[in-house]
Amino acid sequence: MKASGIVHKYGDNVDTDVIIPARYLNSSEPAELAKSCMEDIDPDFVKRVKKGDIMVANKNFGCGSSREHAPIAIKAAGISCVIAETFARIFYRNAINIGLPIIECKEAAKAIEAGDIVEIDFDSGMIYDRTKGTEFKGQAFPPFMQKIIETGGLVNYINQKEA
Amino acid sequence: MGMTMTQKILAAHAGLPFVEAGQLIEADLDLVLANDITGPVAIHEAGKLNKKTVFDKDKVVLVPDHFAPNKDIKSAEHCKCVREYAKEHDITNYFEVGQMGIEHALLPEKGLIVAGETCIGADSHTCTYGALGAFSTGVGSTDMGCGMVTGKAWFKVPSAIKVILTGKPSKWVSGKDCILHLIGMIGVDGALYRSLEFTGDGIANLSMDDRFTIANMAIEAGAKNGIFPVDEKTIEYMEEHSKKPYKIYEADKDAVYDEEYIIDLSKLEPTVAFPHLPENTKTVSEAGEVKIDQVVIGSCTNGRIEDLRVAAEVIKGHKVANGIRVIVIPATQAIYLKAVEEGLVQTFIEAGAVVSTPTCGPCLGGYMGILAAGERAVSTTNRNFVGRMGHVDSEVYLASPAVAAASAVTGKISQPSELGL
Repeated sequence: MKASGIVHKYGDNVDTDVIIPARYLNSSEPAELAKSCMEDIDPDFVKRVKKGDIMVANKNFGCGSSREHAPIAIKAAGISCVIAETFARIFYRNAINIGLPIIECKEAAKAIEAGDIVEIDFDSGMIYDRTKGTEFKGQAFPPFMQKIIETGGLVNYINQKEA
Repeated sequence: MGMTMTQKILAAHAGLPFVEAGQLIEADLDLVLANDITGPVAIHEAGKLNKKTVFDKDKVVLVPDHFAPNKDIKSAEHCKCVREYAKEHDITNYFEVGQMGIEHALLPEKGLIVAGETCIGADSHTCTYGALGAFSTGVGSTDMGCGMVTGKAWFKVPSAIKVILTGKPSKWVSGKDCILHLIGMIGVDGALYRSLEFTGDGIANLSMDDRFTIANMAIEAGAKNGIFPVDEKTIEYMEEHSKKPYKIYEADKDAVYDEEYIIDLSKLEPTVAFPHLPENTKTVSEAGEVKIDQVVIGSCTNGRIEDLRVAAEVIKGHKVANGIRVIVIPATQAIYLKAVEEGLVQTFIEAGAVVSTPTCGPCLGGYMGILAAGERAVSTTNRNFVGRMGHVDSEVYLASPAVAAASAVTGKISQPSELGL
């Protein structure tokens, strides 16, 4: 599986309140949530983002609330993968469970800049910055989590296991 | 090599004699929780599972507390979704408006969680129950929905940070000052993926309400869970509130910790976290002149009876400063009633504060106290991210009930000593 797109870049501690502010949590519709994604730190994000684009951030991405609406909003906005130095743990679980590809890589998170075209090969964990001609090795998922991702999320994984 | 307290609870629930940090396990759950924001998504996901029934109708808890009493039509639909699911599945512990309170104050009060148990909740502050010596952690809706049906969840066994608490806090210093101080020391990702295990003889000087506040904000340091050893106060609390059998786990003497911190509670001062991260802490003495527009006293962090008693003690005989809005929210109906009986509500109202029915409302910028552009609030809640309580250009300063109440009287960030207390 591969992803390729233009990078939207953010800093440390991007919290779930800025990914999807609580004032929009009276909805749980992905398309509705996507309309307000990143609104409080990057009001133009939803206008700029194109299907397949990639989000890159530094440490502790997705900290704060447990709202699954955050990875849902990012995925529904068209983002194909989030690369970060580290992810907050509930966001990490949620992304795997709903099938939003994420990858931890400190070097890539530091070096990749907004507007770069980046390609990710999930099988090898390799991240290629096509604009700069650089490459990085991301942290591979343990096999158990890889299996959840491959089956399309936790619900499918449980259904298959119990079948 | 020994196990930490958290690892021992997880091992027991995974049916394993031993677990170590990094190991992936599947653990049995004693309690699974959701609210009106996360519940509908969890119910939707659970509906896609082949198995259609909940694993145990007594072990699922549904609490509409975030945007309840219903703040608007969409919220009303969410609450209705949770209500109907609870009815359809005969969920024992569904709490309707009138019985409901803020979930993390409500569950321990109702005796639904005790020492030695495992709990997941689709709310990040589910880590609160670590105060009782339980393993308790926040998850998203899919994990909750799957846990509600299967009674199980997967975990990566966490390593731990040991936090040794010593000494006795002074009169106006509380659990909130302790946890803000710790987050200020280690940062908002200082305990990422790990447990915060509290220990030390200072714990005996902390009330259960203080411990709930500390465990509650473990997530603000990125922790998977925060956990306290079980002592006489814990046992007294559980025996007063619960009929469930509890099990006491202790960390092995040779348990390995990634890091160790010592906090002398007697040296702590009233502390405040400046915008826009809980790690931006200063003592109130260092805060300087910060004028405010609103004060919120409540939430799963600080809406318990002791919090209200302290706030009332500070505010009694004073008036809220001119132009300041003060919103007091008892976390549960039982706390509300106690606050009425003890005359605390009268004190607040006479001072010029409003007292609301239990809700998470303002903490997450839902309703009941939203900030306009440029406005500042001192709040006893848990997060001060950009836009957390309203407009993207508003500011939230996190503090204890004592500091919040003193600030309500002066109209700027203050501590009780400034009122001659």
